[in-house]
Amino acid sequence: MIYNKRPVTHNTNIKLVESPGGYEGEGFGAMQLSKIVGLARKNSIWPLPFATSCCGIEFMATMGAHYDLARFGSERLAFTPRQCDVLMVMGTIAKKMAPVLKQVYIQMAEPRWVIAVGACASSGGIFDSYSVLQGIDEVIPVDVYVPGCAPRPEQILDGILRVQELVESESIRRRSSPEYQELLKSYGIQ
Amino acid sequence: MKNSKYTDIKLPKDSLEQNTNTINLGPTHPATHGVFQNILKMDGERILEATSTVGYIHRAFEKIAERKALYQVTPLTDRLNYCSAPINNLGWHMTVEKLVGIEIPARVSYMRVIIMELARISDHLICNSITGVDSGAFTGFLYVMQYRELIYEIYEEICGARLTTNMGRIGGFERDFNDTVWKKLDKFLEEYPKVLDEFEELFNRNRIFIERTQGVGGISAERAMAYGFTGPNIRAAGVDYDVRVQKPYSRYEEFDFEIPIGTTGDVYDRFMVRNEEMKQSLSLIKQAIVKIKNLTGEEATKHHAVAPDFYLPEKQKVYTKMEEMIYHFKIIYGENDIPVGEVYHAVEGANGELGFYLISDGGRSAYRLHFRRPSFIYYQAYSELIKGSMLSDAIMTLSSLNLIAGELDA
Amino acid sequence: MLDNKFVFQKLHEKFGESIIGYEENYDIMAIYGAKDENLKILQYLYDDEELGFTFMTDLTAIHYPHNIGEELVVTYLLYNMRKNFHVRLKFALDIRKPDIFTASALHPTANWLERECYDFFGVNFVGHPNLIRIMNVDEMDYFPLRKEFPLEDQTRRDKDDDMFGRNSERFNMGKLNI
Repeated sequence: MIYNKRPVTHNTNIKLVESPGGYEGEGFGAMQLSKIVGLARKNSIWPLPFATSCCGIEFMATMGAHYDLARFGSERLAFTPRQCDVLMVMGTIAKKMAPVLKQVYIQMAEPRWVIAVGACASSGGIFDSYSVLQGIDEVIPVDVYVPGCAPRPEQILDGILRVQELVESESIRRRSSPEYQELLKSYGIQ
Repeated sequence: MKNSKYTDIKLPKDSLEQNTNTINLGPTHPATHGVFQNILKMDGERILEATSTVGYIHRAFEKIAERKALYQVTPLTDRLNYCSAPINNLGWHMTVEKLVGIEIPARVSYMRVIIMELARISDHLICNSITGVDSGAFTGFLYVMQYRELIYEIYEEICGARLTTNMGRIGGFERDFNDTVWKKLDKFLEEYPKVLDEFEELFNRNRIFIERTQGVGGISAERAMAYGFTGPNIRAAGVDYDVRVQKPYSRYEEFDFEIPIGTTGDVYDRFMVRNEEMKQSLSLIKQAIVKIKNLTGEEATKHHAVAPDFYLPEKQKVYTKMEEMIYHFKIIYGENDIPVGEVYHAVEGANGELGFYLISDGGRSAYRLHFRRPSFIYYQAYSELIKGSMLSDAIMTLSSLNLIAGELDA
Repeated sequence: MLDNKFVFQKLHEKFGESIIGYEENYDIMAIYGAKDENLKILQYLYDDEELGFTFMTDLTAIHYPHNIGEELVVTYLLYNMRKNFHVRLKFALDIRKPDIFTASALHPTANWLERECYDFFGVNFVGHPNLIRIMNVDEMDYFPLRKEFPLEDQTRRDKDDDMFGRNSERFNMGKLNI
C-alpha cells in the first residue's frame, strides 16, 4: 500500500479566536452562555445577497479572491431565506419590489440581521423619484447601513464587521423581548 | 393571474404528467443577473409557456433626466449598464457634443477608445464567467474577477471611482492620463491575454460545457432582426451589425478590427463571440496606444476640446480662483443654454446598440431624453427563446443574453 | 442610393396628403405623418424593394402640452440594415383620444416598446395583444412621464422639499418644462 509520498505540512500561521474568559481548568471551562453563543454566531454568519443593481457588482468583487468575504465566516452564500442569517440588501429597491423584499424578510428565521448596502437601499440614493422606495427601512427594520454609491468592497466588509459586533453582543433573550416585538409590529410584521 | 389566456395551455400528448406545473422564476434570482420575473408553465421539466414581468427596479431615469442639467445626467447613465459604465458616460457626452457641435481632437478620441474597449472587456468577463457559473463552473468566475480588479484600478487612476465612474467631460477628459495609467495599462495588456487563453482552455472544448450550451437558446438571423437584436446576440446569429463600423464615432474608422460572427445564435456561439470580441478589444487598445504615441506637436498634449461653455475648468483653478469657480458652478447648473434640436446617437455598448435620443428646447435640461436600451429589447424575445426547452436551459439562455437589470428597467 | 430626399419623395408619391412634413436633424430625417396611416406607411417602408426599412431601432413618445390637439407624438426610428440608413417617423395624437394602430404584428420588437409608451404616456395602441403596464406598479392610475405630474413621490416624509429647492420657482428646470 503506497501512502502519500508528499510530506505532511501543517499550516502554523492560523489565528484562533480567543476564549471568552470565565473560569477554566483542566478539561473544563465555565463561561457565560451568551458569550459562547455570540462567538459561534459571529464567526459563521451566512448572508443572503439580495442584489438588485450596481452594488451587487461590488458585492461580487467582495466575494472574489481580492477582498475575500469568506474569511469572515460567510463562506456559504445561499439564496434561500430559510437558511440565512443576514439579509444584505444591495441596490435600489423600487416600490414594485418592496413586497418581495418584505416577504423574503418574513421568511427568514430568527435571529436575523439586515444590512442596507449602498445609498439606494439606505435612503433612496440619487433616485428621488415616484417609483423608488426611499430607503428599505420603510418596510423592514435595518441593523447596519453602509453608505456609498457604490461602496468600495472595504466598506462592505466594514459593514459585515459591524454586524459581527452586533451579533456578538446581542442578548439571547432579545428576540422574544417586548421591545423587539414592538419594533416588528411597527413594520406590520408578526 | 392577470393574463387569463395563459390558463388554457394544454399538455402535449406524450406527456407523463397529469397537469401543468406553474413555477415562478422570481425576481429574487440567485444573485448576479438582476431582478426580472418569469412565470413558467411547465410540463414536468419542459417549459410550455413563459410570461415575463419587468419593472422591479424601475428608477424613472427618463423623468429624472428632464429635471437635471446635462452634467447631472452623467451619473444617471453610469447606472444603466453598470458593468461597463464608461461606455454609457462617453456615449452621453458624445450625444451632447453632437448636439452642440463640438469637435473632438484626435488624441481624445483615441483615449476614449481605450476606455471603451476596457469597459467592453470588463462587461464580457462578467457575462462569460457567469455563464460558466450557471453551468456549474465556479473557478472561471473567481479567476477572472482578479483581472477585473486590474481594470478597476485603471479607472480609479483616471477618474477616482471603480464602478460608477462618471468619467470624462463634455469635450474630453478631466485630466490627462498620467504615468501610472500607462504602466497599469501595459501591465494589463501583458498579463491578460494569457488569462484569456486559460479561460478559453477551461471552457471551449469542455464536453460538459458544450453539451450544456450548444443548441440551447438559439435564434435565427431573421427572427433576431425582427426582434431588434443588436450587439453580440445578433452577431452570434450571423448578422455582422456593429455600430462601430456602420456609424463610426470617436474615430473608430481609423482602427483595424474584425467582427466575429456565429452561425446558430445559441449560447455557445454567444460565448465564443464574446471571447473573440475581447481579443479584438485588446488589439484595439494596442492600436490606440500606438496612435497616441505617434501624435506630434500640440496634438500630443490635448486631453479635451476647446469648449468653454461646456467643458468644466481645471480643478486646481476651480478651488483657488474666483472666475473658474463661477464657471464651474454655472456649467454644472446648466446656466449655459443648449441649442434647440433633436439628436439620436448610438454607441456600441457591451451588450448591444445603446442609443440616446435627446430632444432639447433650449433650456437648462433636456426636454425629453430617451435611452434605447438593448437589454429591454432582448428580454422581449426571451419567452420565445425558451419555449420547449428545459428549466436549466432557460437559466443558461438568461445568463448568456447579458441582461443587466439596471438597463432593462431604466 | 438612399438619401433623405429620395425616401421623402417616394413616400410623398405613395401617400400624398398623409405626409405632413419633414425636418432634418443631424443627418436623420424625421417625417411627420397622419396618425391613421401609420401602419400603412410602416408596411410600405418594410415591403418596398428600394426602401426596405425592416429593422425598428426605437419607439417612443413625447409630450408637448402646449400644442393643443397634438400633444402626444409617437416616434419610430427605422433602419435599413443593408444600406445603413435611418429614418424617423412621427405621428401626432390628441391627448383626449390617443389612439394609434400597433406595429407589433409587423415588427415584433414593438411589442414591449409600445407597452412602455402606454405605461408612461397613456398612448392607446389599437390591436396590441397585451397592452398593460410594464414598468410601473399595476395599481398606478396616472401616466407618470406626462409633464403635469411631478418627479418625486409626494408622500415621502424624510425629504424636506424646501431644503431640496423643489418648491421654489427659481429652480424650475427648463423653459418649456412644466
